[in-house]
Amino acid sequence: MKYVDEFRDAELARALGVQIAALTEPGRHYKIMEVCGGHTHTIYKHGIEAHLPENVELVHGPGCPVCVIPMGRVDDGIAIARNPEVIFTCFGDMMRVPGGNGSFLDAKADGADIRFVYSPLDALKMAVANPDRQVVFYAIGFETTAPSTALTLMRAKAEGITNFSVMCNHVTIVPPLKALLDSPDLRLDAFIGPGHVSTVVGARPYEFICEDYNTPIVVAGFEPLDLLQSILMIMQQLNEGRAEVENQYGRVVPFEGNLRALEVLQEVFELRPYFEWRGLGFISQSALKLSEAYADFDAELRYATPGVRVADPKACQCGEVLKGVIKPYECKVFGTACTPETPIGTCMVSSEGACAAYYNFGRFAKSAARADA
Amino acid sequence: MCLAIPGQILEFIDPVNQIAKVDVGGVRRNVNVGLLAKEEGGIHLGDWVLIHVGFALSKVDEEEAAATLKLLRGLGEAFEDEIEQLKTSNIT
Repeated sequence: MKYVDEFRDAELARALGVQIAALTEPGRHYKIMEVCGGHTHTIYKHGIEAHLPENVELVHGPGCPVCVIPMGRVDDGIAIARNPEVIFTCFGDMMRVPGGNGSFLDAKADGADIRFVYSPLDALKMAVANPDRQVVFYAIGFETTAPSTALTLMRAKAEGITNFSVMCNHVTIVPPLKALLDSPDLRLDAFIGPGHVSTVVGARPYEFICEDYNTPIVVAGFEPLDLLQSILMIMQQLNEGRAEVENQYGRVVPFEGNLRALEVLQEVFELRPYFEWRGLGFISQSALKLSEAYADFDAELRYATPGVRVADPKACQCGEVLKGVIKPYECKVFGTACTPETPIGTCMVSSEGACAAYYNFGRFAKSAARADA
Repeated sequence: MCLAIPGQILEFIDPVNQIAKVDVGGVRRNVNVGLLAKEEGGIHLGDWVLIHVGFALSKVDEEEAAATLKLLRGLGEAFEDEIEQLKTSNIT
């Protein structure tokens, strides 16, 4: 198809790189954060940085839902999973995330009935098929994923399924962005806005970034040329002294978001007063819990959870990576003690994590660049 | 679970629970289409939708779907893992 070929066109990528370079001021260093793990993946996989001038730096953000789960929440999940009547379910990506005392995979090897599911609806179906067991779904994800958990709970309630509950770890996209903007150790010139989460929340929630922090944000698609075009739109804004929400991914993201998804979120969830993010610490009103109307389905109310806070391992610098303060390869254990096979930190576990993406694709380009230097 | 993959609606299975059968890169599975309730023009057989953890998130046009599928296939392992996980799904 012509459309696909256009998006893949290396000539266009080079031309965009030239246009971006022409808009940079010599002597100024630009830091642009891509919030979404999917974007990080594309950037490394397709060598986007090779098309950018040296003074335009891409900084990886906290938009990987697996990466931001703190160790204590894994431990709490394992505590629930160890109840003999429980079938504990989670997405496959969560299985290897290390807690303070091993991962879900370790707990499974140790006898807990932990199963991965593709969808929360598969977990609900498991509850129907196992009426003498309790099925718990370990819910993670930003607003992209939370509506799926919400609709699953609405169905469980409508069908009167009582042996199903959810341990809710859903997080929201705006509070961590605000925390990053307020962070003294990071100065960002602009954001590349996340694509899929914005199909749900729309582009409007980002307006404060422009109004309160005078910082541009461009919601971007996932093609290499989408990202380059978004960076060009950002550079145009910076050059003209504008700070606006722009939507490069308009072909998928409506400015107002998905109204039905927002409605079901409102019905099933309420904001937690605060929630711990791996590496970012506690952020107020940054996560969801089940609302009063769905309290019967709240696994944290059904089961005792230790709720302890476990500090990240000393050697692990996921926190700094998630905040964009350091690059994956600047972490002390990157690629040595911490690899996708034996991850110490979450950023190395998920394929969307900056460390895993860099380990799989970027390090080759980097070592080649170093050899040239 | 981080990926959203385009799929084409083949059949409406259960109007009460809003379940439709879709074809995702050659794999046919049921997904929930309830989040598309307020899509302009409604949803129809043959429509392309972005699917994430068993739920259709938004409608996309055919060209966008083809471009996204091509990009995702280029991801290699991450895409294959997602399809393998989709194959385990048995939503009804």
